Amino acid sequence: MGGSDNTKINLKLKVWRQKGPNDAGMFQDYDAKDISVNMSFLEMLDVMNEDLISSGQEPIEFDHDCREGICGTCSLVINGEPHGPDRGVTTCQLHMRRFQNGDTVVIEPFRAKAFPIVKDLVVDRSAFDRIIQAGGYISTNTGNAVDANAMPIGKDIADEAFKSAACIGCGACVAACKNASASLFTSAKISHLAYVPQGQAEKSERAFNMVVQMDEEAFGACTNTGACSAACPKEISLENIAIMNREFAKASGKRRK
Amino acid sequence: MSYLATTIGRKQIVGICGLGLSLFILVHMLGNLLVFVSPQAYNEYGYLLTSNKLIYIAEAGLLAIFLGHVVYTIILSLKNKSARPSKYAVTAKGEKKTSMASKTMIYQGIIILIFIVHHLITFKFGEEYEVQYGEVVMRDLYRLMTEVFAQPLYVAWYVVAVILLGYHLSHGFSSSIKTLGFYHPKHTPKIDMLGWLFSAIVTLGFISQPLFIYLNN
Ligand code: FES
Repeated sequence: MGGSDNTKINLKLKVWRQKGPNDAGMFQDYDAKDISVNMSFLEMLDVMNEDLISSGQEPIEFDHDCREGICGTCSLVINGEPHGPDRGVTTCQLHMRRFQNGDTVVIEPFRAKAFPIVKDLVVDRSAFDRIIQAGGYISTNTGNAVDANAMPIGKDIADEAFKSAACIGCGACVAACKNASASLFTSAKISHLAYVPQGQAEKSERAFNMVVQMDEEAFGACTNTGACSAACPKEISLENIAIMNREFAKASGKRRK
Repeated sequence: MSYLATTIGRKQIVGICGLGLSLFILVHMLGNLLVFVSPQAYNEYGYLLTSNKLIYIAEAGLLAIFLGHVVYTIILSLKNKSARPSKYAVTAKGEKKTSMASKTMIYQGIIILIFIVHHLITFKFGEEYEVQYGEVVMRDLYRLMTEVFAQPLYVAWYVVAVILLGYHLSHGFSSSIKTLGFYHPKHTPKIDMLGWLFSAIVTLGFISQPLFIYLNN
């Protein structure tokens, strides 16, 4: 790991400040001085906030939790790119060594009608929870945990299901899409469960209900630009969206009968 | 909620209609190549199509497919626009940027729509010249076409519109296939290639004819 690199950089930040959901919001300029290149992007914001607090100003609100790329809480659109310039990482995993001394960095919240801004860079992503509630689960009797290998699943299928299950629900797909579509998220959840035997019983209802909920949440439709997959920190494949389209068409056919 | 009230249902209609239109465009382009055979072959092909009563059914079908594609696209685009009321200050330029063709489909579509209306006014509803081959009198479309394509500005607009159509197809063809639910890590890149090839062939085919007429004048 780094640590030995003592380089410090200075950056110009343009940060979106918005007092509350109904405030118009605007960019505010800040100078980030003496930033260690070993810091993560969020640590850089922590340092900024320390300065703001000690000078009696309101700190910049942003979402974060695990800070190791697994929880999906951090967000931010950095210079137009959700989770910043690198593929396959979350904002909390982005390091300041990715930036050059003197760079201007524009920091915006995820922008979508379905993700209303709460404050500054914090957005309300509960629309995703409601999509999950519409069918992103399996119904099962509780009891003792089942033996790990009680249900035989081929390695290839397990691998595919796992790739889809890697989605951490951060919403970068929505943020990146020109239509603010939630197709990559919704489809990852649908296909993850469509692959495995446990998901078969509710497969059809699930696909239909989750898509209907997705539409009701004011997300746009997919136009296959691929922006979502490029921005996804878990690099979820566009194949999931095709699987969703197929499962949805099949489910619609079944409902007509 | 019914299938046609959902985004995916509507997208699938747009995709199916789009593929139908692509097929029509291919056949249209191939028919046009008769220009290179002879004026008579070209006119007789037109006569063969229009003298058959079935043409009305075919035209009605084509119009329905066309409207399905356009109307549902408009409905979806309005929803898509409203899903992002406040725009980003910066657009992605690096590894997370998206292709221009995929981002501007609706604008390409609007220009193509204008082109199609203009195209129909010029040709289908244009001057009715007549020509006689043996016993049969038929419309002399070839003469109309040579007159139209003698105008450099018309040729330029035609060529630009056709290139735009090819550009539209370069994303639309493979996008439709994905929307219908076909995706395979191995085959999808081939389908994307096929989409590009299809677009290139259609575009070159359509461009060749006005250029040939114009340069031969
Ligand atoms: S804070 Fe958990 S993924 Fe970034």
